[in-house]
Amino acid sequence: MDILQILLSESFWAASLRIATPLIFGVLGALICEKSGVLNLGIEGIFVAGAMTGWLAVWLGAGLWGGVLVAALAGGFFGLIHAVLTVPLGLSQHVSGLGVTLFATSVSYFSYRTALPTVTSPPRIEPFRPLDMPFLSDLPFFGPVLFQQTALTWLALFMVGLVWYVLNRTALGIAIKAVGDNPNSIDAQGLSVYALRTGAVVAGSALMALGGAFLTMSAFDAFFFGMVNGRGWVCIALVIFASWRPGKALLGALLFGAFDALQVRLQTEVGALVPSQVFLAAPYVLSIFALVIAARSADYPRALLTPWFKGQR
Amino acid sequence: MNSQKILALNGLSKTFGSVIANHNVSLDLYRGEVLALLGENGAGKTTLMNMIFGHYMPDSGSVDIEDTSGAFVPLSLGHPQAAIAAGIGMVHQHFTLAENLDALDNIMLGAERLNRLRRNKAAARGKVKDIMKESGLSAPLTVPVGQLTVGERQRVEILKALYRDVKILVLDEPTAVLTPQEADTLFGNIGKMTKNGLSVIFISHKLREVLAFSHRIAVLRHGAKVGEIATSQADERKIARMMVGSETEEHTRKLMPPGKPILCFEKVSVSGRSRRESLECIDLAVNECEILGIAGVSGNGQTALAGLISGMLRPNTGNIFVDGVAVKDVRPSVMVDAGVGRIPEDRHRDGIVGTMSVAENMIIECLDDQAVQRRGLLKWDTIQAQAEKMTVKYDVRGPGIEAPAQLLSGGNIQKLILARVFEAKPKLILANQPTRGLDMGAAADVAKRLLEARARGAGVVLISEDLDEILSLSDRIMVMNDGELTLAKTRDRAELGLLMAGDAE
Amino acid sequence: MIRIEPRQSSSALMTYGIPVLSAIISLLLASIPLTFSGAPIGASYFEMFKGVFGSKFAFSEMLTRATPLIFTGLAVALAFRARLWNIGAEGQLYLGAMAAVAVGTGVFDVPGVILIPMIMVMGCVAGATGMAVPTLLKTKFGADEVVTTLLLNFIILIFLQYMLEGPFKDPMGLGWPQSSPILDQGMLPPLMDRMRIHSGLIIALICAITAQFMLARSVWGLKLRAIGENPSAARHAGIRVNRTLMSAAIISGALAGMAGVSEVAGLKGYLTSDLSPGFGYTGIVVAMLAGLSPLGVVAAAIFIASVFVGADSMSRAMGVSSYLADLVVSTSLLCVLVGGFVARFKFVRLIQKKEVTQ
Repeated sequence: MDILQILLSESFWAASLRIATPLIFGVLGALICEKSGVLNLGIEGIFVAGAMTGWLAVWLGAGLWGGVLVAALAGGFFGLIHAVLTVPLGLSQHVSGLGVTLFATSVSYFSYRTALPTVTSPPRIEPFRPLDMPFLSDLPFFGPVLFQQTALTWLALFMVGLVWYVLNRTALGIAIKAVGDNPNSIDAQGLSVYALRTGAVVAGSALMALGGAFLTMSAFDAFFFGMVNGRGWVCIALVIFASWRPGKALLGALLFGAFDALQVRLQTEVGALVPSQVFLAAPYVLSIFALVIAARSADYPRALLTPWFKGQR
Repeated sequence: MNSQKILALNGLSKTFGSVIANHNVSLDLYRGEVLALLGENGAGKTTLMNMIFGHYMPDSGSVDIEDTSGAFVPLSLGHPQAAIAAGIGMVHQHFTLAENLDALDNIMLGAERLNRLRRNKAAARGKVKDIMKESGLSAPLTVPVGQLTVGERQRVEILKALYRDVKILVLDEPTAVLTPQEADTLFGNIGKMTKNGLSVIFISHKLREVLAFSHRIAVLRHGAKVGEIATSQADERKIARMMVGSETEEHTRKLMPPGKPILCFEKVSVSGRSRRESLECIDLAVNECEILGIAGVSGNGQTALAGLISGMLRPNTGNIFVDGVAVKDVRPSVMVDAGVGRIPEDRHRDGIVGTMSVAENMIIECLDDQAVQRRGLLKWDTIQAQAEKMTVKYDVRGPGIEAPAQLLSGGNIQKLILARVFEAKPKLILANQPTRGLDMGAAADVAKRLLEARARGAGVVLISEDLDEILSLSDRIMVMNDGELTLAKTRDRAELGLLMAGDAE
Repeated sequence: MIRIEPRQSSSALMTYGIPVLSAIISLLLASIPLTFSGAPIGASYFEMFKGVFGSKFAFSEMLTRATPLIFTGLAVALAFRARLWNIGAEGQLYLGAMAAVAVGTGVFDVPGVILIPMIMVMGCVAGATGMAVPTLLKTKFGADEVVTTLLLNFIILIFLQYMLEGPFKDPMGLGWPQSSPILDQGMLPPLMDRMRIHSGLIIALICAITAQFMLARSVWGLKLRAIGENPSAARHAGIRVNRTLMSAAIISGALAGMAGVSEVAGLKGYLTSDLSPGFGYTGIVVAMLAGLSPLGVVAAAIFIASVFVGADSMSRAMGVSSYLADLVVSTSLLCVLVGGFVARFKFVRLIQKKEVTQ
């Protein structure tokens, strides 16, 4: 009865969408990388880098969209490191990705501390405001849920459509899917395997960084150490759950967001009976469950994790 | 046939590490002709074609090609896009298709600009339909390529090349995966295409199809061109001599009375990835002192059959008996313990652990044996002494027993596997494509060892695509097609070919 | 034009030279962030050096820091050798630490000769369980162990917070979320007077030597290497891949658990949720720098520990953020990765080609 009430409330669905937003960016980014055949475990660090650089740019005086751009560039930069190590050099995608996560995280933390050596409480910026749309925002139920989100949430939803369109309806997307299935099909047609994969990893990483930027520029208004807190890893699990489809990725992220929003609300209902940590751990447990359920049936891009070298076939 | 030259290779050479793949090869191609590039496995045919197509960069030499104005210009090497632009198309032996895409997407791949927001699939489909009509090639366009048959995939590959308006089509062992009848259809289509001015180079090591379908034959041996001959003046004996240096000889196989059954399949079924790779209710018996040849085109259930005998696959239903005893728990180690020696099809993937030493690879199948370990610790001295002895006995040449096995050549890796298998004195030997990719010497060695094992009393299951190998070694022949085994009552090539295609009766 | 070809074999110089060179390069690269934070380069490096080798105390501090890194480095190295991507050493470390606290804080008030082995065994069992579960999920359901072990780290940390606020909470802890102290007789004996260095280091060294020997000379080690290098061939040869994988997982988890035991029962004496500043993740860097060799892990752990201890002391003296150490450590991982590429391939200049075409 209480659950039903929660599920029907506007604030619950608005919160679900808000929580899902960084995950949508992250899952889409990871999906693009993996569709081209490259697993990007740098995601967790790229989230941190996006969160820090975007916030820092705004704090230093750039506009909010300037901050978003800076975050995307930072994500692209760390993605490029991962791409160079794993695509032309063909090194272990697992280890390189973890290395990029460690590197991006330490660079972000070090830069933050160096830029702000003395502050004790994190300085705040003026974050994105909910987009107020005439008429639409006044709609019952849908108004608050959809039209009180910030522009970054709208960007994330738009990205779902864009990524779907590019992957399924353009020559570039077809080529990315082909290079993730059989790189020789690309090489034999005179296209560059290296360029396609590098491009996909850089673009995907830039998207991931937007997920981080959402945290400091929309969900919160400051940068904290440890604020990403495993969201990147959750995205990696969600990509498998989504079978590498943008639409299902959105669904997975929304389900996850809804669950997270639900647990916060349930906590107030049954908090006395169940330790709060059960709710805190639930999203991670849920991710593992999603992975276990989806792992066997998922159709992995066939060339995922397999390096390709020119002239060695 | 037109006699206008459109492609010239001038002294191409290529080495991989210390291996000479091609040495100073020069070759011409004329408009509308079918040139067969003949040679044994490892003669350098594919490397030569990969250099024309830009996959490999030659160490020296050049390629000239006729451009659109009819002038001869040097081809920029090392870039597939240059080859494609110059009108060269190549159909690789291992298909270069993205299996998650449909045929039309595969064909359009690379032919359209990547920076466009829209694609014109309708126009492309129209063009492909036209090409299909002209060439007689057909394939479903809207199904993911992963669901197509091998023959259909090959046609998609050829369509892909024709879509780019090629003048020269290179086919790398196009018939390796086809039944004889499918191969005939393919060459029929090629004949049709050359009438329209296309030039075709096809790579083969099969004398028969080369003689039947080409206009001219060039023969490669050990990376060098050893001869060129008009097909009308060639015969089998002549080109075989060019190909192998001396004429091939039949193995002398003494007739032996078969002993008691050593391996029995009783109504064995197993489900593989596809229907063709599944076995339904198979019965099979191999006797002592007998080589049973399993002929057939790859991908008709051989992998499942080999998987069952080697213990890699468990039967869903039915029983397997080795030496009269039913094998309950089919696993690789159980099969080894039951006395089955296994020579795997893919020796790099299943035969050796490349980064581990030769000595370690020698003992990897008998790790629980007291001869190599005590209380879980390896008896290193014994193992090394044994490995030294075996490398001499089986003539495994390489940088030594401590060196990683991947440094050995393909032939020596196979000898390492032979040493491991035959030293265990198996009652039954599974030899799955045992000579694929080996040179003549190593292949002869494999055949000799198999015949020796048979003389000793072992039963042998020989799975091979090479009909000559099957005919020269087997006491009995079964043909595998579409997951079914048929005992061949004939040793006639044509009839075996029909059986392989499933067209018998 | 440059062509890349695989090397036939890598020389000893490459095997040892590349990690050393990577370490040096990553240290030198630290001068870039140092410049950004405005610290004098030379003096900073000197402070760093002094922070490790300046005194007996400094040196012992470094070895104290290296001890858990040897354990987690070994845990990662053995798992990676079997191509089992154990990224969960951090969580397994805490599982080991929690087990140590569970048995060591008074439930069993027995003499040290019984209590210490009991703490160690329970820590190992807990850590091993922490890796066995994701390995089971991998072999039974095909769930990627990278993601599951990573996520388990977060779950275990949350579980730890619950335990520290509940069952483990020290009634004398003034409300801080920390556990009761380990009984005195349950503590690993210290190695030197008035220093924090403890016998966990000796145990770590014994583990490294044993692992090195077992990997090279035991049937188990051979099987583990075989399933890691070529699982298909290993299975064909009759090695039970999943069983061997599970054994690798158990040993790996147990070693990570020992890191937790050694920190709680060797150093701190009680458990808090900041027991490990990422020893589990740093273990990945240690293992990679070591080229996944157990003895190499010892050397790599000493290097990484030196960076942390040296940078800590330098940052105090020069006012540079101590995140510099993390920066050096992560850079060294990227360097050794590139180095691994240089070791496997050689660059061949195509000079002859030009001569021919001219």
